[in-house]
Amino acid sequence: MSDAQMTTRAKDKSRWERFRESDFFYAFKRSPIALVSFTVVCILVLSAVFAPLIAPTNPFDPASLNLMNGFTAPMEPNAFTQETFLMGTDDQGRDVFSTILYGMRISLFVGVSAVLFAMVLGIILGLIAGYFGGWAETIIMRFADVQLTFPSILVAMLIFGIAKGFTPVEYRDQMAIWVLILAIGLSDWVQFARVVRGATLVEKSKDYVAAARLIGRSPWAIMIKHILPNALSPVLVIATISLALAIIAEATLSFLGVGAPPTQPSLGTLIRIGQGFLFSGEWWILFFPACTLLALALSVNLLGDWLRDALNPRLR
Amino acid sequence: MNAYVTIKALTRVFDVSKPWLNRILERRGKALLTAVSNVDFQIEERTTYALVGESGSGKSTIGRMLVGLLDPSEGDVQVDGVNLATEADAAKVAKVRSHIQMIFQDPYASLNPRWRVRDIIAEPVASKGGETEGLAERLLEQVGLHPSDAGKFPHEFSGGQRQRICIARALASEPRLIVCDEPTSALDVSVQAQVLNLMSDLKEELGLTYLLITHDLTVVRHMADRIGVLYLGRLVEEADPQSLFDAPKHPYTQMLLDAAPRMDGFGREVPPPQGEIPDPIDPPSGCAFHPRCPIAEDICRQERPEMKALGKGRVACHLAR
Repeated sequence: MSDAQMTTRAKDKSRWERFRESDFFYAFKRSPIALVSFTVVCILVLSAVFAPLIAPTNPFDPASLNLMNGFTAPMEPNAFTQETFLMGTDDQGRDVFSTILYGMRISLFVGVSAVLFAMVLGIILGLIAGYFGGWAETIIMRFADVQLTFPSILVAMLIFGIAKGFTPVEYRDQMAIWVLILAIGLSDWVQFARVVRGATLVEKSKDYVAAARLIGRSPWAIMIKHILPNALSPVLVIATISLALAIIAEATLSFLGVGAPPTQPSLGTLIRIGQGFLFSGEWWILFFPACTLLALALSVNLLGDWLRDALNPRLR
Repeated sequence: MNAYVTIKALTRVFDVSKPWLNRILERRGKALLTAVSNVDFQIEERTTYALVGESGSGKSTIGRMLVGLLDPSEGDVQVDGVNLATEADAAKVAKVRSHIQMIFQDPYASLNPRWRVRDIIAEPVASKGGETEGLAERLLEQVGLHPSDAGKFPHEFSGGQRQRICIARALASEPRLIVCDEPTSALDVSVQAQVLNLMSDLKEELGLTYLLITHDLTVVRHMADRIGVLYLGRLVEEADPQSLFDAPKHPYTQMLLDAAPRMDGFGREVPPPQGEIPDPIDPPSGCAFHPRCPIAEDICRQERPEMKALGKGRVACHLAR
């Protein structure tokens, strides 16, 4: 049989069908860690997205708060109002469960946005450095090396501080979230740029890039359409692991008091508020936000680890 | 017959120096590698010109300069009467360039693994805003694959099939010249003949001109109308296959032909070629072949021989008669 006839049987398949039959999906079904962490991530993300529907109260609406409900222990009726709360209330009578749902929204929004920002920045700079080489590469990669010598949380605090200095006082609380995204994103682009540069160096020496060059495609078309799709799988892995790190970085900054303001509390802000009451017996104000952060960061991280193993054929 | 491609005094020098800091610390100058040195030849329209030579002889570099992937350091590349290095009219250059295509050595690296075959084949036309409806299917059929293969990805094909896809892509922009850089050396012997026959058929059908770069002398004999032998970036002999294989003039060509296996050579004892190809960063003086040449004389060590007409071909050797 000639080699032409052997390929006539299989028909075009849809993307979903190919995904269902892929090694990737098979490995996913067979891995308990992947299944559990994916489920946990899904539950947490969905409950954050639909927080207004799930949360019993809106903690940002002062009208719904009753100071008499303050310091109610979990699952115990309040001494004055006889209301019970799943995870108790804080000093101002806010339902901890509701604040966690709303806080997770902010944590996830900041984390995802910061990673997306870092990813876009890192991909663009990495492609330029890898494809063009020369002085562009030298400047970008030496700058990346210098930035790597500082702890990223320090870089983020520095950027946060500078950016806050340029923001007018009356906008600071509104802008805090965006400044936070900028700071975490800028502290995190380096690893994306390094990986993309490495992959670009490998891909650009392959002949399909030469074939595109000789028909006169522009460097940008080659970078975006030819090289980038082949460099994306390590980027995906780094993005997942970075997401866990970005959520923790956001929580750390907020815990230190330089992140999300108390009017828009993230999980880190909630933990900061809660740690003041830890030794006076109101443990739940700290405990539940901390557990949520742990579950979120751990499951995203485990998912990233699994993804790295699954997408790396050398480890199979 | 008129020359479609004229290559004049083509030279390519690569800077292979270490970074400047290392150069200063180690007190070394720049290292320059001359991959192609002063090469002249012409390719007639609708013929196959073969460049043969060992690894590192500069065959691929010449091919890459011809298609525009590399710029010549010196010398001219003229295609269809347009000097691609000096022509000021960009539209003219673009038009000529669109008539030049290339087939690469490694069919596993020359197709983007994330693209469907349809998009790969149509890219040369689509990127110029041309009409691509049914183009890939038609070309796949022309190279002996099935039109329904257009929806698949490259990894679903064997090496020979991939090389057919590469040929289909090369044909998409209706080229007149195709540079084939070792098109069969990555393929099984059984598939090599299929691909070569396909290339011959397409040449007849479409009136193509080929520059065939290879180290495989049997392929050359089968395909070429004219052969250029390269040694260390220099053209040492040029002739038609008949006279080159029957009466090689240059001692290097003789050595190359002696070293090739022969069907009738059962039990034949041949001394293996002596020596190695020299370092192109520091080439020998005079004739580049003199350290390995069995008949070298003083003049060979001092003067670089010019290409001169001899019999039906040209040869660069002081002693060739």
